[in-house]
Amino acid sequence: MILNIDGIEFSYTSVPVLRNVKFHLEKGEFLSILGNNGAGKSTLLKCINRILKPHKGTIYIEKDEISKLSRVEIAKKIGYVAQRNENGRFTVFDAVLLGRKPYIKWDITEKDIKIVNEVLKKFDLEKLALRYLNELSGGELQKVVIARALAQQPVVMLLDEPTNNLDLKNQIEVLKIIKETVKEQNIAAIVIIHDLNLALRFSDKFLLLKDNTIFAYGGMEVMTEENIEAVYGIPVAVETCRGVPVVIPL
Amino acid sequence: MRQLILEAVPESYNRYIRRKIWIILLTILTTFLLAVYAINAGSAGLSVKDVVKTLVGQGEERFRIIVWNIRMPRILSAMMAGVGLSVAGCVTQSILRNPLASPFTLGISQGAAFGAAVAIILFGAGSTTNPDSVIINNPYLVVIFAFLGSMGSTVVVLMLAKNFRVTPEAMVLAGVALGSLFSAITMILQYFADDVKVASIVFWTFGDLGRASWRDLTIMSVVVGISLIYFMLNRWNYNALDSGEETAKGLGVEVEKIRLYGMFMSSLVAAVITSFVGIIGFVGLVGPHIMRRLIGEDHRFLIPASSAIGALILLASDTLGRTIISPIVLPVGAITSFLGAPVFLYVLSRGYRR
Repeated sequence: MILNIDGIEFSYTSVPVLRNVKFHLEKGEFLSILGNNGAGKSTLLKCINRILKPHKGTIYIEKDEISKLSRVEIAKKIGYVAQRNENGRFTVFDAVLLGRKPYIKWDITEKDIKIVNEVLKKFDLEKLALRYLNELSGGELQKVVIARALAQQPVVMLLDEPTNNLDLKNQIEVLKIIKETVKEQNIAAIVIIHDLNLALRFSDKFLLLKDNTIFAYGGMEVMTEENIEAVYGIPVAVETCRGVPVVIPL
Repeated sequence: MRQLILEAVPESYNRYIRRKIWIILLTILTTFLLAVYAINAGSAGLSVKDVVKTLVGQGEERFRIIVWNIRMPRILSAMMAGVGLSVAGCVTQSILRNPLASPFTLGISQGAAFGAAVAIILFGAGSTTNPDSVIINNPYLVVIFAFLGSMGSTVVVLMLAKNFRVTPEAMVLAGVALGSLFSAITMILQYFADDVKVASIVFWTFGDLGRASWRDLTIMSVVVGISLIYFMLNRWNYNALDSGEETAKGLGVEVEKIRLYGMFMSSLVAAVITSFVGIIGFVGLVGPHIMRRLIGEDHRFLIPASSAIGALILLASDTLGRTIISPIVLPVGAITSFLGAPVFLYVLSRGYRR
C-alpha cells in the first residue's frame, strides 16, 4: 500500500465539504476521482498533500503519517498539479527545474539537471526548453506542469483536471504519459477528470464522490450505469465499442 | 557564475544563462561609469582629472571636501537606496503575486515617512538648522519609528491578502489609501510643528538624497546587505510562488511564512531608506519590471538584476535632478515619479501580466 486515507473530514465553513472519505491505493495504480462540480474532488486532492488541513482522519503515505511530515518532506513524496497554472516569463527548462525545489539546498546540482533532461525528453519538450511559458499552447503548458511534478520524483502524483482545455490528441497523449510513468516507476496517480470515457480508458480504479462523501470505490465493476446515473443525475449507457468501454449519456 | 554553468545542460541553455549574467554585469558597469560622471558633475567646477586625483588621495583640500563629504555620500546613498527599493519591489511583487506591488504603491514608504516624522517632531530625534535640511540626532529612534509606521501599512495589506483574499487591484488600491492616510497624518503633524521644521519636512517628503551622512549610509548598507542575502537565499521560493500559491505549496514552500518574512524584510528596507532619504517612489516598481522584460522572472537572476537597475535608475534620476537646472537641485522623488508614472500606466494597460 502506497497511500492509505482513513476517515478524512473537511469543511471551509460549517458546511462539510468532505465526510468520512476512506480509500487506499497500491503502487502502479491510476485512480480517477469522478463526481459533479462541488462534490469535493479538488478539496480531497488538496487535503492529501496538506495544502488544506483535514479536521479529522489520517493519511499515510508509504509508512509515514502526512501530518507529521514537513512541507518539503511531503513535496519529495507527492507531486501536485494544480487546476490553474501560471504562465509567466519562465523558460520551460526553468519551470521543470523548479520541480527539483524540494531537493535544492543552495544551488542546483548536476543530478538535478540530469533529471530535468530526462523528464523533458520523456515529454518530448526538449525543443521547447528555452521557450517562455507564455509562448506555449495549452497542451504544451499542461505537459510542462506535469513534467515539473515528475521532476519532484514523487511516489504519488495528484493531478487536478490535467486534460482541461486540451484537444483530443493532447488529452490522450497527456494521460498516456501519466499512465506509462505510473507503471514504469511503480508509483501511483490520482487524477480528477470529467471525461468519463477517458477515465474508463486509463484508470485502474475509480472513486465516485457524491454529496461530499464516497459513493462507490473500486475497479471497473463500480462503473455501472446505475452508479453513474446516481452520481451525475442523468441516465447513461455503458457499452463497449471495438473493445473500448464507453459511457453514453441518454 | 561557474556553478550556474553546468556540463549536463544543453549549450543553448548555458548561452541563455550567460546572456542574463552579461546584462547584469553591463548594468553594474553602466552604474559605475555614471557614478564617476556624477562625482564630476555639478556646480563646483571639478574636472575629471581633479576627481581622479582626489579619489586616489592627491587632490586639493577644497576638492577633497566636495568629493568625499558631499558627492560620495550622496552618490552611494542613491545607489544603496536604489538597490534596496528595487529589490524590495521585486520581492513584494512576487510574494503578493501582484505586479503593481512596491514599497511606494503599498503605502509602506508613506508609513515609514509618517513614523520618521513622529520621531523627529514629537520625540525630538532630529533638529533643523536651516530650512534645507533636517539633522537626525538619533538615527536609531527615527529608524525604529519609521519601521513601526511601515509595518502599519504592511500588516493591513497582508491581512487583506490573507483574510479577505482580495484581488491584486484591491491590494494596490488599499496601499494607495494607506499611503494617503499616512501622508495626511504627516501633514497634520506638520501643521503643529514650527515653520522651519515644516519647510524641511516638506522638502523631505519629496525624497532628498543630499541629507544622508556617512553614518546613515552605513546603516542603510548593512540593512540592504542583510536583506539581499536573505532574498537571495529565498530565490527558489519566490520562483515557486510565481508558479501559483498552490503549486508552490506542492513544491514544499511554506507560503505563509515566506510571505510574512519577505514583507517584514521589505518593510524594514523601505523604512530604513525612507528615514534617511525620504519618500522615493516608483523605483521599486519600475526597476524589477524593466529587468523582467529583459531577463525573465527567474529570481536567481532577477534579484541581482533588480538591485543593479535600481541603483542605476536612482543615480541617474538624482544626477539629472542636480544638473538639469544647476545650481538648483530638484528633489529626486519628483524625478523618479516623473519617470515612473508612465511605466506604472504601461503595466496597468498590459492587464497586470507580470
